[in-house]
Parts: sequence; structure tokens; C-alpha cells
Amino acid sequence: MIRSDTSPLRQRFRRTPSLLTGFLLLLALTAAAADAPEESPGHGPAEPQAEAADQPSVDTLIRELPAGNFNDRRRVAEALAEAGDPRVPEILAALADGRLLATGDDPPRIVIRDADDREAGTDAISGETVAAEVVADARRVPVHNPLRNALRSLEAVASVADARPERRIRSLSRLIRDGVDDDLVPFLEERLETEDDPQARDLLKTLLAVTYLETGDEDARLEAVATLRESLLPEARRAVAAAAAEDPDERVREAAMEAVEHAESRIRFFRFTEDLFFGLSAGSVLLLAAIGLAITFGVMGVINMAHGELIMIGAYTTWFIQTLIPGALSTSILLAIPAAFVVAGLVGIAMERGVIQFLYGRPLETLLATFGISLILQQAVRTLFSPLNRPVSSPEWLSGSLNINPVLSLTWSRIYIFVFAIMVFVALILVMKKTSLGLKVRAVAQNRPMARALGVRTGWVDALTFGLGAGLAGVAGVALSQLTNVGPNMGQAYIIDSFMVVVFGGVGNLWGTFVGAMGLGVMTKFIEPHVGAVLAKIIVLIFIILFIQKRPRGLFPKKGRAAEN
Amino acid sequence: MLTRRLLTSDWGGTFVLGLLVAMLIAVPIANLVVPPDSPYYLSSYWVALLGKFLTFALLALAIDLIWGYAGILSLGHGAFFGLGGYAMGMYLTRQIGDQGVYGHPVLPDFMVFLSYEELPWFWLGFDMFWFALLMAMLVPGLLALVFGWLAFRSRVSGVYFAIITQALVFALMLAFFRNEMGFGGNNGLTDFKDILGFPVQARETRVALFLASGIAVILGYLACRYIVTSRFGRVLIAVRDAEDRTRFSGYRVDHYKLWVFVFSAVLAGIAGALYVPQVGIINPGEFSPIRSIEAVLWVAVGGRGSLFGAIVGAFAVNGAKTWFTVAYPMFWLFALGALFVLVTLFLPRGIVGLFRRRREGES
Repeated sequence: MIRSDTSPLRQRFRRTPSLLTGFLLLLALTAAAADAPEESPGHGPAEPQAEAADQPSVDTLIRELPAGNFNDRRRVAEALAEAGDPRVPEILAALADGRLLATGDDPPRIVIRDADDREAGTDAISGETVAAEVVADARRVPVHNPLRNALRSLEAVASVADARPERRIRSLSRLIRDGVDDDLVPFLEERLETEDDPQARDLLKTLLAVTYLETGDEDARLEAVATLRESLLPEARRAVAAAAAEDPDERVREAAMEAVEHAESRIRFFRFTEDLFFGLSAGSVLLLAAIGLAITFGVMGVINMAHGELIMIGAYTTWFIQTLIPGALSTSILLAIPAAFVVAGLVGIAMERGVIQFLYGRPLETLLATFGISLILQQAVRTLFSPLNRPVSSPEWLSGSLNINPVLSLTWSRIYIFVFAIMVFVALILVMKKTSLGLKVRAVAQNRPMARALGVRTGWVDALTFGLGAGLAGVAGVALSQLTNVGPNMGQAYIIDSFMVVVFGGVGNLWGTFVGAMGLGVMTKFIEPHVGAVLAKIIVLIFIILFIQKRPRGLFPKKGRAAEN
Repeated sequence: MLTRRLLTSDWGGTFVLGLLVAMLIAVPIANLVVPPDSPYYLSSYWVALLGKFLTFALLALAIDLIWGYAGILSLGHGAFFGLGGYAMGMYLTRQIGDQGVYGHPVLPDFMVFLSYEELPWFWLGFDMFWFALLMAMLVPGLLALVFGWLAFRSRVSGVYFAIITQALVFALMLAFFRNEMGFGGNNGLTDFKDILGFPVQARETRVALFLASGIAVILGYLACRYIVTSRFGRVLIAVRDAEDRTRFSGYRVDHYKLWVFVFSAVLAGIAGALYVPQVGIINPGEFSPIRSIEAVLWVAVGGRGSLFGAIVGAFAVNGAKTWFTVAYPMFWLFALGALFVLVTLFLPRGIVGLFRRRREGES
């Protein structure tokens, strides 16, 4: 859309489109307030031609803010906005908020009142704290609504020239969102020459291109389309789409259409990447939940219905350590990992020695006994602590997300869970393949009598294997405590999924569990956008049921104690 | 002749049946005839409770038939129980008629609330009792037929079968939780008013439902007993003890398993249909995997492979549950958990195993 030339806003900007005009205005103003132009010590008398953007002139402008009527104030604000002084955005924001005060001195002292504390304030020029009585005596610099609105965008313009890159980036994003008047173009072009931050530079180019696309001539519009081709910002895409639809020039329209298609294919790619990432992170949660079961059920053949409760014990260990050392979140999480492994592992060893060792070779009866144990563990936690959920906090570095581009951002917690799941899995593979315990576990799983004949203490290996599986469930509990509520029933949410993963991957095969977890996670997340979360889950369950018909031993069947005859 | 075949050398079963018959006679009298101030008076609460236990006993019977005799462990029998229950629940919901909160003559309250225009096709016909009863058997039977045909044909057995039945019941639970399914979503179906024209809450109706449940258990027991003492039953036991050997002897093992599985599902469906009017609600919670596991545990506690043990187990565990949740709510789960552990460790043949002299093969 092309703005009409008669817009009052445009005319205002016309009057002060650049630093130069701002400076001319400044000259006039300093002349008017000639009696005390250089109050601040340390500044020499003004040499206007040479000091266009220098501090004294900005200081003077700031002192001019209370003078005159609303229109005068707007002119001063506009000049200030383009001066590129780091103090300006805050002053303009304070003015818009009605927190900019002026004393009755001549020249006035300009004070910014604190946003939270009405009694406190700082000097707008020097930044020093101002005594409370000065704040109390000073009078508010009046603003009205039209001026306030103008001040908001002027604040953004002022921030474009801020010394801090993150401020510049923020205000540029805001200007792209709100749109700018083309009168600002020369100012922005000037900024582009000096801008050195790459991200801010990109945003500045985008902002200019969006403006050119609306008001520039054909060549400028073509060039703008080329600039915007790679941008994924929604505003840029909207501008290009508008150009593709209604630009008067055929070439521009074609280029814009091509750019729209290009952006869409890139967005499809990024959405795909995002789905894949969500899938892998869901898969890593599944992997963590199932990995202990891959040992107790997969390798040992115990239908361990108490697996979910072992996860819960790990989560409660996390909570307990957090309450022991409050205020050290990162340390407590890192401590919780070995602690949960030991606690859940010991519970597992106790289960194995107390009950399960008498039930080997009767898998369906281990189901009944471990179900009984799961009820006891749940009730024990409920009695010891409370039936209510326990609050587990997450350290700072787990929150927030990694923004790769406007359409793709990955949350840190998911990234960490993914990395953590991989680490746990690799550690388990190493234990199974490289340690003497792993060797014995595999030997007992493959041929128990032979292993015993060769001097392996099978009872001891059984206890340690079950302890390892239980400990891994505990470690999963630490990770899951960061994602979901920690309560006595939390284990039940994972038990079915865990069994599905192990059965789908192939009982007795750790890699099968890995592939199964990631596969089911990715599959769920790719179905989810189309049918919703619940239906996606149902579809996946039905898929597993049908898959088991096709391959009754899972993806990667392997012989083990679990493979019943 | 038939009586002889069914009950000879089954003194335990005869004893349990005798107890059941005695209960069916005593409870209605204690409820309807004995004056309320007498110590022998039994309140309607107890009638409904015992009626509920009877339906659980029928479900346990269905599980014992396949687990105890054919070696098929289903951890998803709640699916069939729940579907039977939903069929009856739909009948009872349609019987509400315009007595609902919104007073719509045809649509149930939750459909008015979700702004349905007309009754979904799968609700048609459920205003007729015979149709609902038929569906309570047909739907579970068909599901079991399809599921069992797939599973037994590809020789999914043991642990794998147990886990995919869990998947089945879990999928059903998720599905029924969805409002879009048209079965009342989370809240399920409730607020029933009449059954066959009689008010559901009335004393006499409760007694009638109790009697119906008791007769269903007795008939179900005799039917199961008929199956396991027949040639068909002999083959089932052979399948349980040595599946491969039976197959190599020329029997179509998958057919035997399939038909007994379907029959068991129908029994579970009937149990569900009798359960719903007595508790007054059916919701997706019946499909929760834990409920199905619990039902298997009744059989384990009672003693699998004896049929009457299932009835004993259902009464024992649920009776204990009712008593504990009132007397010591904190310790109920401890007691139940310990019971399961102790039974598996020390009573592999359940409570009735304590009394049984005759040796039977076990797997």
C-alpha cells in the first residue's frame, strides 16, 4: 500500500527526515534558549557545525523537552530519536509513561522517575540518582495520546541507533512488525552503512526491503524481492505475498511469486525438521522410560510391572535432594542422577532377592508379583510423603529455547533430554559390551546352566542385572521429573509405553529398544499434527498390535531368557 | 447325565454352586422380607454390592476359562467387559428419555450439551432392550474374533499376547475418553432412570438384577464346565500344556484358541452389561489397563484352572477390598500388594489350591 503524501505524520517527518534537519532545528532552539546553553560542566561552548551529534547538543535537546506545546515537544523528540544517543530511548519511554519530570530551574533539570518507586529518580542527562525532594518538587512533562503514540515508534527508532546490539535487534524487529513510514528510509539507509552486527544488519535490510517493496520504483522493488527471498519473518513473507498478488509490474510479481514458493518450500523443510526434532525428543523420553525395562524384561524376562514405580522413585530422589540443598538447582540435578541410580537400584536388588528370584522361568507369575510390589511402592510413597504431587524445579539452563530462525526454535529442555538419553544408552551399551558384569549378564541370559558350570555366580549376576535395570529406571525418573508432575501415580503413565517400546523393538535387544523408541516417537509426532495427540496415540497402539502380528518377536528378534519357547 | 458329567469329581465346584444358590435365596429374603430393624436385615447397598461381585465373578470365570485351560493370558479383558457395559449403558441412557436435565426427547444430555443435531447411527436401536443385550454380546465377541484371529493366526502367544491385549484396552480407553466418539467422553454414561420400565434405584429392581447376575454366574459356570469337560476342552488343555505337540498331532490350535477366546469375551460382555445397571455408571475408567490386570489377579488369587476358584477369588479380593477401604484405607494397597506377592510365592494354585487334593498339570 502506498501512503498518501498528505498524511500529517508524513509531513512531520518530512520536516526532520535526517540528522541535518534535526540539527538545524537544534540551532534554532539553542538560539531561543541562549541565556544558558552550556550548563553542564566539562563541555565547551557549542560549535554547532562541528558537533551535530555530540553530547552537548543532545543535552540541550533534552532540556528543551518541557518547553512549548505538544507539537514542539514532538519535534524535539523526533530530533532526539535520530541522534543515536544511548540515553534517548529511556527518556522517550519515560516521557510516554508520564515519568519524565522537569524542575522549575532555568534551565530545568530533567529527571526520570523510577518506574517502581515514585520517590526515586535519576537525572536524565547525567544518569545520577536524584534526591527525593527534587523528585517530589519536579513537575511532570505533559503528554497527550497522539504524542504518546508517536513517542512509542520514536522510541523504537531511537533504539535502532542504540549502542547495544540486542537493543537494536529488538527495536528493528518491532519496527518490522509495526511497519515504518518511508520518510524514515534515509535515516535507516544511513544506519545500514554503520551497522556492524550481522543480525541487526539482516533485520535492517529486511526492514528497508519491506519499505521499498511498498514505495520504491520497479528496480528497487525487484531488488527488495531478491533481498526478502531468504527471509522467513512472517512480515517479510506477507509483504512478498502481497507483491506477488498486486504489484503493478509483471517482473516484480513473477519474482515475488517465485520468492513465495521458495520461502514455502524452506518452511516445509523447517517444519519437517521441527516435527523430526519433536519426534526424536518424544522418542528419547520413551527410550529413557523403556531402557531399564529393556534390561529387566528384555534381558531377564521379568514382566516388571513395578518398572514405572522405579521411575517414580528416581523422580522422588530428585525432589528429595532438591529439598536437601535448596538454591543449588544445577548441583542437585547432577547429584540426583547417581543418587537415583543407587536408590532405585537398591530397591530393585531387594525386589529381586526378596521375590523375583523364586519366579524365574514363570514370566506370567512375575507379572502378578511385581504388580503387587508396584502397589506397595505407590502406597509407601503416598504414606511417607503425601498423595499430592511434589514440586520439582528445573535449573535455568533447562528453560528457554534455541531460536534457529523465525519458524524453527528448539526448546533446551528437549535438547538436553535427547542428549541425556543418548548418553545413558551409550553408557549402558558400554557396560554390557565392555565390562565383566556385562559379559556375565549376557552369558546368563544366553545359557544359564552353562554359565553356572563355568563358574558364574548366576544368583549374584541376576541381582546385579535387575539392580542395573532398576537403577536405569531411577535415572529416567530424574529426567522425567523435569518434564512432568512428580507424584505417586506418575509411574503408571510410562509402564504401557515402555512395554510397547521393548516389545516393538524386540525383546532382548538393546538396539531394538533404541530404534523402537525413536521410531515410535517420530511416528507419533508426525501423525499428531493431522489427527491430534490422542488419536495419534491410538493409531500408534493399533500399529503396534498389527506389527506384532507380522513380526511376533519385534523389529530385531534375539534369543534370550525372555524369548519364551 | 449332563449334570453328572458337569459336577462329578468337581466337589469344589458343587460346593461353590451350592453357596451361590443359597446366597441367591437368602439375600432377596433378607432384603425384601426381613423387617429393617431385624439383625438379619440386609440393606439395598449390600444387595447392589453383592450383585457387583457376582458380575466380577463372571468376568473372572471368563478369564479363567482361557488362562487356566487354554494358557491364553489376556490382560485386556476389561475391553470386553467395558464394551458390554457400554452397550447396556446406551440402552439405559436412551431409557432416560425426556427425564434428562435438558429434557430432550431423544438425545442424551451430553449430546445436547455438545450440540448434536441428531442421534449418531451407532446409537440407533439401543432403545430396545433385546438389541442392547445382543450388542453387549456381539460387539465384544466380534472384537475378540478379529483380534484373536489376527493374533492366534500369527502365533502371538504368552507375554506378547498379554502385552498387545494391554495395548488394545489402553487404545480403547484413550478412544472412549474422546468426546468426539459420542459415548459421553470422560464422564461416560450415568444418571440412569429406568430399566425395562422399572426404576433402576428401586429395591425390587436391585434384587432382580442381583438374581439375574447370580443366575448368569451359575449358567456361565456350567457352560465353562461343559466346555472344559468336552473333547474341545481336552484339546484346550493339550494346547495349554504343549502347544507345538498338539499342533503336530494335527489340531488347528489357532481355531481352538480363537473360539474359546470369543466365548470368553462374550461372557465378559454379559458381565459388563449386568454390572452397569447395578453401579449406575459406565465410563472409560473401566478400560484402564490396571482394571484388567486386577481381574486377572482375582483368578490368580482364587486359583487358576479350576473355574470355581475364579469365583472364590473375585469374591475374596473384592470383599477384602471393600472391607479394607472402609476400615483401613491407608493399608488397602499394602494388603492387596502383599496378597499378590504372597499368593504367587506360596500359593501358586491360589486359595482353592489349599483345599484341592487332586493333582492337575500346570504350566
